[in-house]
This record gives sequence, C-alpha cells and structure tokens, in this order.
Amino acid sequence: MAKHSFVLNGKKVSVNIENNVRMLWVLRDVLNVRGPKYGCGIRVCQACTSHLNGKHFNPCSVPVSDIKATDRITTIEGLAKTAKKKGPNGLHPVQEAWIKYDVAQCGYCQAGQIMAATALINRVKKTGRKISEADLDTLRNVCRCGTYPRVREAVKYAATKM
Amino acid sequence: MSPNPSPDSAALAESTVETPKGTSRRQFVGYVLAGTTLAVTADVAWETAAPSTANAAVSPIPGSTTFSDHYDFLDLYRDSCVPTNHHLKIEMTPDGKALFAIPRQEAGQGITTSFAQVIADELDMPLENVVCTLADGRPELVWNQLTGGSTSHFSLWIPMKVMAATARTALASAAAEKWNVPVSLVTTRDGACFGPNGEMATYGSLSELAAAKATKPLDVKLKTKPGKYVGQSIGRVDAIDIVQGRKHFAMDLQIPNAMPTMVCRPPTLNGTVQSIENLDQVKAMPGVTDVGAISRGVAVRARTFGQCIDAIRALRVTWGAGTADQENNDSLTEKVKSVLLPMAPALPGQEVLEETYVVHYRSGSPLETNCAVANVEGDKAEVWGGHNMPIVTLQRIALLLDIPEDNVIVHCTTAGGSFGRHLFSDASYEAVEASKLFGKPVRLMYHRTDDVRHGRMHPMMVNHIRATKAGNSVTGFTMSSSGSACDWTHGLGEIISGSATAQDPRLGFSGNKEMGNLSISMGFYQLVTTVPYNFGPTNVYLNEVFAYDYLPTSAVRNVYSPDTAVSRELFVSKLADSFGMDDYEFRRAFARDDKMIAVLDKVAEAGNWGRTMPAGTAQALAYHEEYQCKIACLMEIDARPAMVNRKIREAYTGPRITKAIMGVDIGKAINPRNVQANLMGGCMDGIAQALTASCHIEDGLPLEGSWDNYRYTRQWNVPYVFECHVMPDNREIGGGAGETGVAASEGAAAIAWARAKNQWPTEIPVNFRDPLGYVVKSRIPPIPQSPINGRRFAR
Repeated sequence: MAKHSFVLNGKKVSVNIENNVRMLWVLRDVLNVRGPKYGCGIRVCQACTSHLNGKHFNPCSVPVSDIKATDRITTIEGLAKTAKKKGPNGLHPVQEAWIKYDVAQCGYCQAGQIMAATALINRVKKTGRKISEADLDTLRNVCRCGTYPRVREAVKYAATKM
Repeated sequence: MSPNPSPDSAALAESTVETPKGTSRRQFVGYVLAGTTLAVTADVAWETAAPSTANAAVSPIPGSTTFSDHYDFLDLYRDSCVPTNHHLKIEMTPDGKALFAIPRQEAGQGITTSFAQVIADELDMPLENVVCTLADGRPELVWNQLTGGSTSHFSLWIPMKVMAATARTALASAAAEKWNVPVSLVTTRDGACFGPNGEMATYGSLSELAAAKATKPLDVKLKTKPGKYVGQSIGRVDAIDIVQGRKHFAMDLQIPNAMPTMVCRPPTLNGTVQSIENLDQVKAMPGVTDVGAISRGVAVRARTFGQCIDAIRALRVTWGAGTADQENNDSLTEKVKSVLLPMAPALPGQEVLEETYVVHYRSGSPLETNCAVANVEGDKAEVWGGHNMPIVTLQRIALLLDIPEDNVIVHCTTAGGSFGRHLFSDASYEAVEASKLFGKPVRLMYHRTDDVRHGRMHPMMVNHIRATKAGNSVTGFTMSSSGSACDWTHGLGEIISGSATAQDPRLGFSGNKEMGNLSISMGFYQLVTTVPYNFGPTNVYLNEVFAYDYLPTSAVRNVYSPDTAVSRELFVSKLADSFGMDDYEFRRAFARDDKMIAVLDKVAEAGNWGRTMPAGTAQALAYHEEYQCKIACLMEIDARPAMVNRKIREAYTGPRITKAIMGVDIGKAINPRNVQANLMGGCMDGIAQALTASCHIEDGLPLEGSWDNYRYTRQWNVPYVFECHVMPDNREIGGGAGETGVAASEGAAAIAWARAKNQWPTEIPVNFRDPLGYVVKSRIPPIPQSPINGRRFAR
C-alpha cells in the first residue's frame, strides 16, 4: 500500500492503496466517484472514458502508480466546470448537445461517450478542420442501445458551440 | 350517469360508445383507497376492441392467418394483469406530487418518461410533478410485474388512465365540496382545481380532503381531447442526470459494506467447482476479504474489483464437466436441424421454392454486465439490481435460502440495457449465495468476458421455408422453425408458472427439463409469429431441442422474430425475383392491408426507392409486423472494395449500411421521439445480427470475450443517414416499440447484402464463416487482466 495523490475534478485527493490498482477502481471503489462506468476493463468499450490533463484516457487501463500528484483527472461529474462557454442548462456544450438531441437511452455508456466526444472535438479543432464522418468513425465507445446516429448528430452540433 | 358521483352506489353499468373503429369505452369505475391523503386504484377488466372490418387485417384466403393475428402476446399479457391491477396505485402527496411505482423495468426503453406523460395528461398535471419510480418485487402482483414483449403500456393502458382519472375526479369533488359548488363547475388544469368564482386550490392542498376513510368506488370519465404530453416528443426525464453522471445503476449504489465481488468461472459452460487448490494463498492477496465456492464458480470479495480480478486470475481450481463440452456451432446446428418438424408434401404440378436458413447464436449482453448487490443477514435477504422478473426472483431467493418470502426484499434499479438478459436474475442469485457464504454484503459484478461467454445467449434457429406458386399467385407458405431451447423458466414472472415451465421437482413437477419449456416456446412462438403477406394457406410452427439449461439462453430482444424475419424476408425477396418484381413492388402487391401498404409507401418515398445504385451498392426493403406494430425498413449498402477493405484496429468493417429509412405504424405513439429512438436501436441491432455479430462456440464455450471480439455494431458500421417516420395515430391504446425494430432491420440488411453481392445467404450473420479476426482470450484463467499501458494512449 502506498499513498497516491492527484487532482480530481479540481480538488486534491489522496488514497492509500496498492500501486497496481487501476484508476477506474480507485475512482469507483475507493473514492466513490461512479460516473465513469465499467464496461469491460480492457480498454475496449470506452465506457470509463474520462480526461487526464484534458485528454481522453481510459482509467481501467492505468495503474494508480502511473498518476502523478500534479495530474488533473476530470470525470463526467466535473466536465461542466471546465466549460468555457456553458449552455442553457449550465452545462458543457457537449452535455447540452446530448440533451438537445435526447441522445441517451439507458444512459450507461453516455458518460464515456460525452468525455470521448469532448476530447475528439478538441483534437479536431486543433487541426482547424470540421468534424467529418471519418472522425466520428473513430469513436470506439460501445452503445448496446444503438444511439450511434444521435451521437453523431450531437457531436457535430456540439462542435459548432465550442 | 349522475354528474355527482355517489360513493354509496354499487359499480354502475358502463356506457359504451360505438365508433367506426370499434367500441371506445369512456365511462369506468375507479376506487379511492382508504388513507389520510389521496390514493386511487382501478380494477378494470378490459380488452382492446377488435377493429371493424374496414380496418381489420385482411385475410382473403381462408385459413391463412396465424394464431397471433387474432390473439397475440400483447393481448395475453394484458389479460394476465387484470386480476391484480387493483394492487397498483397512484398517490397524491400534500406537496402536489403524483407518485406511481411502475411494476416494470426501465432499461432505456423510456417508460419512466412515457408513463409520466400518460398520467400527467389524464390527471391534468405538469409532467415534472409526476414521479415514476420502479416498484420493488411485489409477489401480490403475481403476473403483473413482467417486462418484455413491448407490453408495458399496452398491458396497463386503461388501468393507468382510470387511476389518473379517479384521482382527478376525487380532487375535483373535494374542491367542489370545499367551495360548496357543483362539481360540474370545477375544472382541473396544471395540477390545480379551479372554481366558477375564481377559486383555486392546488392538488397537494386538496389531497387530504380528497382521501377516503374507507375504500370506495367512484364514477370517472376518461378525457377525450388530447392532452399536453401524450403524442409529444418529450425529452427523457433522466436526461439531465445521465449527462452529469448522476443516474445510478446497481453498481453505483452506496450500500454500506457491500464490497466488490466477482466469480471465477469454469472453462466450459455450466462447469462446476470440484476443488480449490490454493484457497489460502488467494485469501491472503491484497485487498481480498473472502474466497469461496458457490454454485457457478468461486466467488471472491475484495476492496476493489481490480483486486477481485487479480485473485480470480491466481485461483487454481479443478473444474467438473460442463453441460455441452463437446459442442461447437456445427454440432449444435446439426442437432437443431434434426428436430425440424416435417412439412406436408407439395401438391403435384406446383412450382416449389424452398430454402433453409441457419441463424447462429448471438450474445444477449447489454453494456452493463450482469450485476447485483445483496445482503443476506440471518433469515433476511435484500437485493438490488435490474430485474425484469422481480417476483420470481424474490421467490427463488426465498427458496434458495429456505426463508419466508416476506423476509426477502428485491429492489429494482434502472438498468444499463437489458434486451432480455434481465428476464433472469443470475447475478442476484449469485450475489445472494456469496453474501450468505461470506456473511457480508456483496456488490457482485460479472467481468465482460464472463458476460459474453457465460451470460445468456440468443439461441440459434434453423428456418426451413417453402412456398408454392401457380400463375400469378403464391399458393401456400410454410415455415418450419427449429431452435436451440430458449429458456422460459421465469414463466410469467412468478414461481408457479416458472416452476411449471421448468417442471421443477422441488415444487412437485416431473423434473423433465425439455417438455415444460418446449410447451412455452411453442406457445410463445405462436403468439408472436405471422407471415404478413397474402400467400394462401400459411403455416408456421416451432420445435426445439435440448434441456432449457443445456446452454445459457433467454429470450433476447424480439425473441424468435429476428431469426424468422430475416429468413422470411430473404425468402420473400427471392420470391419477388421469381415474379420479376422488386422488393417494394412485390411486398406491396401481396400486402394484407392498407396500413401495411401505407408504411411500405412511406419508406419507399422517403428513401427514394428505385434510384440507380452504383455497382457494388444496392437498395433493399423489408417488412415485419408484431406486437401490433407494422414496420418497413429500406436500406442502402456499400459493398465496394474501398468500403469493405477499410482497416480499423481490432474492428470488423465489411460492407456498410449507408442509409436506413424506417417507417412505423405503432397505433398510438405516446412519445414519437422515443419511438424513433427504440427503432434506431432495433436497427443497429438488426444490422449487427445480419452482418457482423455471432457467438463462435468451440468445445463448450463461446470464444468471444469482449466487444472487439463479439462484433456488435460500432460507429464504423453505422449508417450515415438514419430516418424513422412515425405514421399518424389510428388507435386508442399506446404502443410499445422496444423490440419490433430488430426484425425488419435484420431482414433489410441481409437482403441489401444479398443484392450488392449478388448471392443469397443461407447462414446468418453473413460473416459467420470469415476468419475470427481476433485473438481468443484464455479459458484458464477465465478473465483477462486489465492493461497497464493506458497512459500511453491519452489523446
């Protein structure tokens, strides 16, 4: 067991746990932050997608010992706070797009979808391009309810608001 | 009918109103329950009116209709609920909230939203003040707590409206009494009553006055004019919570000391634990609190799920044989084919078209893996999880623990998808076993690999179809289906029907694991299967092979129909070819009724049917009707090399459906956007089942172990264009759309592939014989370790 500290949704946190425990379990089982979901634990389904220093990352595949005290982790719970331009519900443009297009069905995958979409839009923006169909095809998040076409619409719309 | 309801009168005769569409009852009797604040119920036997002949399904040739054309699963389930509808209630709280605990599962199909719409309209309340939760398992409901078959609204339509109307009437009566005015001068609107002289009182303020000291009947009249909510595309009531990570699923619940628990599972289906070689070493591993054998494997409880995974991978277990260790897809297919019931020979001189379709096993996994929280303390048990059948779950737990049913509480959480998986509560039973064994609360979750391999599958099916032709007619159509036993031992959601299905000897039945289940399979098949074309004498029938638990199966979304429909629609398109007609013309010409034609026309028009398609691409059109819902699906596919040869890491690309246009006549759309969402989901499902997704079984275990192995639809398989056109309402009763979208979509996708490749598939999915394209995960240990290099992929 060792002490591990990092910044979570804007606040410094510390946990005492073995080095090899993956961040998804640190978040869910130790810190009780349960927005990021378990879908596979092997970096396939993307249900756990959160942000590490603003970038898409999958906590199921990162041991806590790989996280430094200065690392900033953002989960779905903390996304709205990071938005430069908040929308009508006081949320991040991607969350607002998800509400506008009523994207979710069961909702289990959607935290991961939103975090992945946010990172994708940010990456594409840096290149100066508009979101393309090929970009949308790079979203690996599984949705068993099949909301994919609405996800695509919402991502395209959110990009215009960011 | 007196405008002033008379509490002392016996139930008055209902008046009926005849309309061209059949009888349309408006007058009912509801009940105000004894209590301090208002609570109402309804005890109504009702049936949907048979449509008048002007709108009835057309059956031009005697004997061509199937059982389900006259009485289907929706009808059966509605009637099953009648005896216990009076146990449901709507409550009005003093702060003006209408509360209803829905005796059904919310798994993404949107019923917590749509039930609120129905109540809000009939009660004249703002939607935000109607709170629909999910009821705990209530054995007194008997068959009235089952979720499946798109029945939720249909089964409770009139009872819900009568309850809400009773509340409205009772509140208006209370206001009339309070203001000393005739009740006919009291109006209700937006959660309040209004009097003739400017009086106003909120429902909340009237709740105590409206309550009854003893349960009494009340004459109520349902509203005739459309309200604010039903028929509108209201956003999901939990949307705001979902996008902020605030919607809680079973594993998100904070139940004190319920620690992560997982199970080490056998290398073949239904294997058993014989011995554990290193129990003490594993117990000493970091974070581990308990290790021990339960019926389905070795349970491990630890501080984190990651430490459960470590422990499971370290366990050395001697396993007993499973139930199907020698089986693979081909051996199973042979056995399923061997029980195909024969067809009567065709008459001499008839032109015969015949084909046999094999539709392979598919995973029934939702994204949330099987999971449940359980706390067994002494002779009491409490469980939290997503349950489609909470009553039989409760009763089986009582049986398992040998405790009274009254000592078992089953809570129903909103589920991360179900698609039929939660018809069974496998995780709940395992969690109860583990909690009892360890003497501690557990939060039990299947690993993804376990969920795909050991989780219940959509059983395979073989469909032998034959049609005969003479001149310009189809003179007969027969479909003989055989399947790998679909497990129906949940019965109608409670233990007697479930145990009769299982022929469970513990409850005095024969112990025969095939016959009881087979009778339900055959019956259910007849309640849902039809051939929606004028093909003359029509016969459809099913046989199944295997004990119900030979392989883990369940009814999965749309049950038998994805399989029968893909087979039927492929065959119908071949028939169309033999008539020199295209998919659309042929189906239109042989359509049974105007509603079917309207839906076909809609998609053909919206999808620009008949446009010239470049070589290597194609259009296709398929049709299905079920659960009193008619659906047409037009698809376009791109099977050209540039599309098929796309290289995406760990992905199955293949031909892509580029456009999907659906048309649906659901009778009455409570929430059109939600209907479209359910059909979109069904479409994604149909595409997967036709083109990419199946379980490859070898030596008694499916090989697939993740979403990159089991090729469910991903973004790279998704049509660029998706539309769903909802036809105008044409009936009173709200429809359900959770399932029917799969069948028509699967048919269209398969036909599209056939047309683009110019070959008719007889094995579904069409990629079944392709090389696996992934590395098969180990059987021992049964689950893969989580990667450690994730940081490298941050982007």
